Amino acid sequence: MSPTVTLRIATRALQRNGLRSFLTALGVIIGVAAVITMTAIGEGAKARIVEAFASMGTNLLVIMPGSTSLGGVRGGSGSMASITWEDLAAIRKEPQVRSAAALLRSTASLISDSSNWSTTVQGTSAEYFDVRNWPTSIGTPLSASDVDSGAKVIVLGQTVATQLFGEGVNPVGQTVRVRQVPFTVIGVASRKGQSPQGQDYDDTAFVPQTTFAQKIQGGLGKYLQGTIFVAAYDTGRAQVAVEALLRERHQIREGDESDFSIRNLAEIASAQQQGTETMTTLLASVALVSLLVGGIGIMNIMLVSVTERTREIGVRMALGAKPRHVLAQFLVEALVLSIAGGLLGIGLGIGVAMLLGERLGWPVLFQPYIIMLSAGFSALVGIVFGLYPARKASRLDPIEALRYE
Amino acid sequence: MALIELHDVHKVYSSGDEVQVHALNGIDLTIDVGEFVAVMGPSGSGKSTLMNVLGCLDRPTSGSYLLDGHDVSRMNKNQLAEIRNQTLGFVFQNFNLLPRMSAVENVELPLVYADVPARERTRRSAEALTRVGLGQRLYHHPNQLSGGQQQRVAIARALVGRPKIIFADEPTGNLDSNTSIEVMAMLQELCRAGITIAVVTHEPDIAEYASRVIVVKDGKVLSDTRREPVPAIVPGHAPATDPSTTQIGTTR
Repeated sequence: MSPTVTLRIATRALQRNGLRSFLTALGVIIGVAAVITMTAIGEGAKARIVEAFASMGTNLLVIMPGSTSLGGVRGGSGSMASITWEDLAAIRKEPQVRSAAALLRSTASLISDSSNWSTTVQGTSAEYFDVRNWPTSIGTPLSASDVDSGAKVIVLGQTVATQLFGEGVNPVGQTVRVRQVPFTVIGVASRKGQSPQGQDYDDTAFVPQTTFAQKIQGGLGKYLQGTIFVAAYDTGRAQVAVEALLRERHQIREGDESDFSIRNLAEIASAQQQGTETMTTLLASVALVSLLVGGIGIMNIMLVSVTERTREIGVRMALGAKPRHVLAQFLVEALVLSIAGGLLGIGLGIGVAMLLGERLGWPVLFQPYIIMLSAGFSALVGIVFGLYPARKASRLDPIEALRYE
Repeated sequence: MALIELHDVHKVYSSGDEVQVHALNGIDLTIDVGEFVAVMGPSGSGKSTLMNVLGCLDRPTSGSYLLDGHDVSRMNKNQLAEIRNQTLGFVFQNFNLLPRMSAVENVELPLVYADVPARERTRRSAEALTRVGLGQRLYHHPNQLSGGQQQRVAIARALVGRPKIIFADEPTGNLDSNTSIEVMAMLQELCRAGITIAVVTHEPDIAEYASRVIVVKDGKVLSDTRREPVPAIVPGHAPATDPSTTQIGTTR
């Protein structure tokens, strides 16, 4: 018996009970659609994290001063001035460290001739633009001489430039007042996008750290009241080296807690990635379970179908159908159900994921291998759950089957 | 020439541990090519079991069964399926047509399992349906046909595979008397064309149309009579005279 004949018999049998076939396939449709949607959302989230960390710079270490502890009230990270400018100079000499910059922050109102905008003003040095891999799109970044001389110059983030001077206006050469002090705009930083937490990197402005200390927030004393950004060649090794260096400089004994903390952004990135991956796997497993339930639905309806068509099986056997013909007929029927369900499910899953992506603004990403895997798995479900009913049909005794009412 | 030779055939059903039912209890029977045999007997006599064994749907517990020179008593399921497909034709009391298929598709079924190409299947099926007088109803579904027409579709299905013998199990059981005569006339016609016919019936007037009547009782042949068959003539219709030019039966 040719495969096309078998296929035609199967599709006709399914068409005969159109609604029932559809409801049976619905189990697989929903299962596959769930797998596709879940993985598309998971992969999308993963891709967004990768992108976000890439814009932040993944070979980055962030060193923060430790926390104060006064009568049991702990001040939180950065509340204690424990890192000195000399520490920064020492860190810059570490072989694993490519570049390092201090970053002092303060919230301040920026006033242009026509507008004003509150933002985070950051005092830093020329190295910072290199550490963050953050060039200017117009003008120049801060230079070493700006820092040395305490020049009243400012580099604006994209958001700030737009808020103060309007879209597409070149603000270089204009004056911006910060705490009554006029600063000359020398550049606008290129667009950086969002942090993994959704914070706008471009809503900021940079001034030389020396100017920052003189004009905006306190004197430039021994202690560095901010964080240090370190660009490393190998973040893992650099972290170990910098930690050892600072502990030695701060004379912390072995076993005691450090008075600073180092955050390794590559580690955070991979941890977050792993987190979404775990979530995706979890959701996909739940979806797979529903696919299995769909398979059981197929088995159930195939058993009903075999019972209903016992007489037909008897007639076919009397007319010369061999057991393998009957087996093939019912197995192909189950396969058609599950594969059709799988294909519809892939379509539905892609549709739902795209709709969610559009409506909720979630990133979605379709992996071809997941789609192939889903199609393959639904076929497997058809074979596994179709085999038992098909075997049952093929082992019927023709006399009994013919007599069945 | 013998088409069927049964020698000391027994069929024992065991139900439970100790209970054994001897459905066939030593049957010796020879049916020659071209015979029209009627098998009669009360219910429980073993005639159904005999037909199942003859029709290769069941295997005897002991004894030998030579069909067209092949010993079928030791064949496996696949070989039996092949024999049923190639050598035998079946007509049932309740027609047993597949409801969602047209007449021509129903008739094609044996050819599907014989791996006959699609085009030839359709041609031979249409030919067989024309032969039983349903040339105009090839694409009708069983529920659009009368009982007599359905049984004729079944006869077309039985003969499309060019069988040596057709088994008919109470073929007129669900038909009125005129239609019954039509069906019997058709079987007589096939017999004249060289196909051996075996009919199971409990109606003596149906057995009249056979050239040999075998009565079975308690799993044994009680009597075996050969006699001149009564020609099946539907009241109001002329009997068919030349099978090569005439359709068998008439369209109602």
